[in-house]
Amino acid sequence: MANEKRIDGFTGRAAVLRGADIDTDRIIPARFMRCVTFDGLGEYAFHDDRAQAKGDHPLDDERYEGASILVAGDNFGCGSSREHAPQALMRTGFRAFIAGSFAEIFAGNCTALGLPCVTLEAGDLASLMESVELDPSQEVAIDIEARQVRCKAGTFEAGIRDGTRQQLLEGTWDATAVLLEAGATIETAAERVPYLNGFTG
Amino acid sequence: MPPGKSLFDKVWDLHAVRELPTGQTQLLIGLHLIHEVTSPQAFAMLREAGLSVRFPRRTFATVDHIIPTDSQIRPLSDNLAEAMMVELERNCREHDIALFDTPSGHQGVVHVIGPELGLTQPGMTIACGDSHTSTHGAFGAIAFGIGTSQVRDVLATQCLTMARPGVRRIDVTGKLGGGVYSKDVALAIIRRLGVKGGVGFAYEYGGDVVDAMTLEERLTLCNMSIEGGARVGYVNPDETTFDYLAGREYAPRGEAWDRAVAFWRDIATDADAPYDDRVSLAGAEIEPSVTWGINPGQNCGVNERLPRVEDMPDDERASVEEAYAFMELRPGEPLAGTAVDVAFIGSCTNGRISDLREAARVAKRGKVAAGVRALVVPGSQAVAREAEAEGLDEVFRSAGFEWREPGCSMCLAMNPDKLVGREICASSSNRNFKGRQGSPTGRTLLMSPAMVAAAAIKGCVTDVREVL
Repeated sequence: MANEKRIDGFTGRAAVLRGADIDTDRIIPARFMRCVTFDGLGEYAFHDDRAQAKGDHPLDDERYEGASILVAGDNFGCGSSREHAPQALMRTGFRAFIAGSFAEIFAGNCTALGLPCVTLEAGDLASLMESVELDPSQEVAIDIEARQVRCKAGTFEAGIRDGTRQQLLEGTWDATAVLLEAGATIETAAERVPYLNGFTG
Repeated sequence: MPPGKSLFDKVWDLHAVRELPTGQTQLLIGLHLIHEVTSPQAFAMLREAGLSVRFPRRTFATVDHIIPTDSQIRPLSDNLAEAMMVELERNCREHDIALFDTPSGHQGVVHVIGPELGLTQPGMTIACGDSHTSTHGAFGAIAFGIGTSQVRDVLATQCLTMARPGVRRIDVTGKLGGGVYSKDVALAIIRRLGVKGGVGFAYEYGGDVVDAMTLEERLTLCNMSIEGGARVGYVNPDETTFDYLAGREYAPRGEAWDRAVAFWRDIATDADAPYDDRVSLAGAEIEPSVTWGINPGQNCGVNERLPRVEDMPDDERASVEEAYAFMELRPGEPLAGTAVDVAFIGSCTNGRISDLREAARVAKRGKVAAGVRALVVPGSQAVAREAEAEGLDEVFRSAGFEWREPGCSMCLAMNPDKLVGREICASSSNRNFKGRQGSPTGRTLLMSPAMVAAAAIKGCVTDVREVL
């Protein structure tokens, strides 16, 4: 089922965004969410950070042009649940994320879009960041099946939750179809929940 | 006998539709709350897939993020905001979903109206496209924020694909001192466990301090769970919970009420339930707290000296240096005395009637200091009515505060309420992220509503205990 949606990994050039606790307000400031579609969000990714960095931001660094993997620090995507954040990053060309750790809702939103998020131990993350900064032209490979990240600096063990990994490998990350498969089991489940039945019985 | 279970596990098991081949659970969502920002794209996806809303009676909508708090007359002066309102109205009409808009008299911040209408009840699974959905856990519900694709999933199937987290019990023991509020407890917990300490956990709050809290205080505590990385935070239901719910519009009545209370008592954590982790804090050690940095974990007691970079753990130093540079605050000095430009009282964290009463007690002691812009934004129309009936609006106005209409306002500044330039805001909201309050360079100091009122009348960060 859904074989065309199977994601067993991703390979591409990477960009490095240093710093911990990068929140989703920084990824997409709230004022740009006054919209009813996600179209056009890409140009506002990291809008305020970029303006303040006056060109000295990884997203404006020409060495990272065309990068499709974003390498970030700890707790990336914390704060607001806004899917606008991964949507904006996807629309600027990112297709996968490597970080020290991810905030849960952000990681869940990425999975729902088929954007893999994998974590690295601190030492490995530092090596990857350094390696990519030295040679941004290199290809970085994320292997979901083998739970690895490979780059010029070596092969690192990558962390990803079992369920998420399975969703990507099976192509079931777009959950609606899977949830619909339960059919009338959903209504049956609802029947045994007291508050959904007026506490009768 | 099998070991006891936590409320979390009982609620999870009750709502498990099936185990998925991935090892995740297909979880039934008992209550779905939506608002104008994160739902329009979900309805569009639904339309594109030719799907309908599976349980339209289990989704409720309101408008909060984008609505102005000065004039709410339609059409809104911001065309983009108006378009979002129109879209929500259309979606609710087409899919037969109840919408609590301004004419309904029930409009307000989504996490304020769910509880006050009695929609939020113990033992429920609750989802909303907003990270502060953890708020509803105050009733003993499992409530969490979701993204827009998941809003689509709930609309289409009333279910979500979820992995079961661990449960961390957090006991707050003893008693809180005077002038110390639920907000301070939340900040103390996040300071202790860190902003990512809760990733992979649901937080169960308990202990004497939490047992003694009012339901509204528990809402504040659970609201901030996500700021500590925990998607879910909850308090076991007890008499406080039942007393709060009795007689509310959507609460059960008559015989159904009695059966409901029995179910709610039963769903609470068993005495011998195991936890994946346990943490304890002493209530007496918690001070009125204020953030000094750019995430909610970067906070300390109002009179405490700000930490020196070299005293911080290695992996936090870069973040601390970034925080000091952005905030222009100095290590080794206390926050008390830091001048503020703006004071904001409101939000899903602290925009309820009890918050306004505490702030009003302080506001009575003085006038808003010269040069300070002070806003009071009730969390809902019901909160506004109650406050006005008690004369709190007059207390605030005569002290020089602006009394506004309900909405999210300056918590996230998707509406006209924003900081300007480098302004510093004493704020009762939940996030002090860079740019959060609408100015990319604006600065936020999180604190309790009473502390915000104290800062407003003194013109600087002030220990509220010196004013009361």
